[in-house]
Amino acid sequence: MEHINRIKLEIPCRSENEAIARNIAAIFSASQDPTIEELTEIKTAVSEAVSNAVLYAYDDDEEGSIYLEMEATGSGRITIVVEDRGRGIENVQKAMEPLYTTGDSRERSGMGFTVMESFMDKVQVESSPGKGTRVTLIKSLDRTNGF
Amino acid sequence: MEIAFEMTDDILISVLSGELDHHSLKEIRDSIDLTYDTFQAKHIILCFEGVTFMDSSGVGLIMGRYNKVREAGGKIAVAGCNEYMIRILDMAGIYTIAQCFATKEEAVACMRKEGE
Repeated sequence: MEHINRIKLEIPCRSENEAIARNIAAIFSASQDPTIEELTEIKTAVSEAVSNAVLYAYDDDEEGSIYLEMEATGSGRITIVVEDRGRGIENVQKAMEPLYTTGDSRERSGMGFTVMESFMDKVQVESSPGKGTRVTLIKSLDRTNGF
Repeated sequence: MEIAFEMTDDILISVLSGELDHHSLKEIRDSIDLTYDTFQAKHIILCFEGVTFMDSSGVGLIMGRYNKVREAGGKIAVAGCNEYMIRILDMAGIYTIAQCFATKEEAVACMRKEGE
């Protein structure tokens, strides 16, 4: 039977937890012998997904949570789910377009999903308005270059 | 995240160190803008050599500062980016608004030359 490792956690949806979330993802992924490059890519993608939740999921006066689920299979496939129960995204396709942002366009790049898609093998986004958003990041580690 | 400033002529050099993300962005942004206004600088060089992590917040930082220097007729340049930063900046097409240099010294030399 394939060896599978999992971690699940809930953290307050605050910007100070962006670093905590990506560093936990890095520690979890590190057990699967990734290259430094793969580890940086995972950290960056998680940072983008968590930042999106902090920026857009909840109203400023709302105390929401981010739910993280990570799974690693023995074959080196890492899946990280970043979920919120906030306002959701009305048009997911539009939100994933490069340079698109509903935030301050002078200061926000609108590149979050583009970076996630470039740094991971697969990015899935499920969202329903008023219920929340679930971003699934998947990466298969290249075992030929591992340690 | 920490930031140190150097001024040469009308160029504000912002030397960043630590992790640049959405959380640290606001403080860095405000600090650069305040220093830029206080010293009446024209150009900005952002040095990323000491930055250990950066996501697309770095793109937002450059875009926002580009808008600021443009109002004053100035230019923006970035220096000391590693390969991951270059990938992210490239995706956003940042090189159409900011020149990229290996070191801040090269960026200063180029800006001075262009200003002659």
